[in-house]
Formats: sequence, C-alpha cells, structure tokens
Amino acid sequence: MIVVVVVCTVLLALGAAFAIVRAEKGPSMLDRTIALDVVVATMIVGVALYAAVNRRADVVPILVVLSLVGFVGSVTIARFASVEPEGEGRVRTREEIAAEEAARAEETRAEERHEHEEHHGGGAEGEVR
Amino acid sequence: MNHWWDTLADVVSMVCLLGGALLAFAAGVGALRFPDLLARMHAATKPQVLGLVLCLIGLALRLRSGGAVWALVLVAVFQMLTAPVAAHMVGRAGYRTGKVRGDLLVVDELTADLERARTGPDGAGLDPESAVDDEDDIGPR
Repeated sequence: MIVVVVVCTVLLALGAAFAIVRAEKGPSMLDRTIALDVVVATMIVGVALYAAVNRRADVVPILVVLSLVGFVGSVTIARFASVEPEGEGRVRTREEIAAEEAARAEETRAEERHEHEEHHGGGAEGEVR
Repeated sequence: MNHWWDTLADVVSMVCLLGGALLAFAAGVGALRFPDLLARMHAATKPQVLGLVLCLIGLALRLRSGGAVWALVLVAVFQMLTAPVAAHMVGRAGYRTGKVRGDLLVVDELTADLERARTGPDGAGLDPESAVDDEDDIGPR
C-alpha cells in the first residue's frame, strides 16, 4: 500500500509541476486558466488521496470547496478574455522591466523640466490664484 | 472484524486512486506538450471528470461510511455539472480571441457556419458587425 501511495504522490507532483510550467509559459490567458484548472484537479485528487490513506472523512468538505473554486475562477477568466496584443502574454524578465521603468522615469523627468521652464516667469497672464 | 471484503475494498480503492493519479499526470504532460488551446483543453479534461470520479470511488471504498460518501457523490455531480460549462466558456473565448489554430483542426464546422450566416445564402446576409461584435451574451447563438 505504501508503494501505491508513493507512486500516486510522485505522479500527482509531476503532473502539477508540468501544469505550472505551462501556466508560466502559456502564450495566452486561457492557456494559463486551463493549466490552473489542471492544478486544481490535481489538488482535489491529492486531498482525496490523503483522506483515503489516513481514513479521514473530515477533509471531504475541502473537496467540495476546491471543485467550486476551480469552476468560478476559470469561468470568470474566460468571461473577460480579450484579444491580447502581440507579446503581451509573455512574462517579462527583470532586465526588461528595469529598462521600461528607466524609460518611463526619463519621460517623466523630461516632462517636469519642460513644465518648469514654462512656469519660470511666474504665472500666466490673467491667472486667478 | 477484518473480513475478506475489507481487504478487497482496500485493494480496489488503491487501484482507483492510482488510476486517478495517472490521469492527473497525463493531464499535466498534455497541458505542457500539446500545441494549441483546444488540444490542451482536451488533455486537461481527463482528471477533471474521469480522474476525479475514479479518485472519489477509491476514497469512498476506503472510508466506507454513509455521510462522507454522500458528500463525495455531491462533489462528483457538481464537477460533472461545472466542467462542461467552464470548458464551453474557455473554448468560446479562445475561438473569439483567435487562439484556435485552423491548420490543426480536422473538422471546423463553426467557421464555415459563421461565414454562411454572415454572407447569407443569397449574398444579402447579416451585417458582419452584428455577427461578430456582441460579446456580451452568455448563451449560444
């Protein structure tokens, strides 16, 4: 029996790990939804395995809750799915995010400098303070 | 106390649990390796229904008490009701946002039907905007 339990655990862990890899890679949001559905199903099977091994009937409500949550999540995401621009579905690396942040900061600074020069000679004519 | 059918139920429950775990593993591999959204959905459905039912049968055979088994039946019925709804929503959203690869499909009846509905049998047809644009209805058209 212990052999069966170990084999089941390894299979479940591998399945969940593959699904999580797909959720990380997945080109679109819907692929990620499906991958997370697989993870939830794996979790349900895992909780059931735990309950079966230890003969614990008190974890059965967890199964009900998990099946509910998986359904609500995937339907909500599918409901609000939209056409994503090219390259949007990719997880950016740290360097890319840093470069984008730097570009945005530079832009803000240039804008501020521009405003500063504009207001240098006091308020505009007819300005009510 | 320890009858032969207790042992038998334990063995059958272990076989069922092993089957459920195998299907969950297969779903993980399929979700990782299949090429497009519909194929991944096909793989992902395995532990959601058959794997879950096998697993719950295994758990019920192991618990062997009335109240818990009814809760497990509830879980199975609920999953069977909700999994098709979720898959329908995901598949429809995938088709509308262009995640379905036409070159991998053997039969694609929906695109042909949509084209026919758009152009109409005599060329007059519907307004293409009204056929594509209303994303707000829940039900099928």
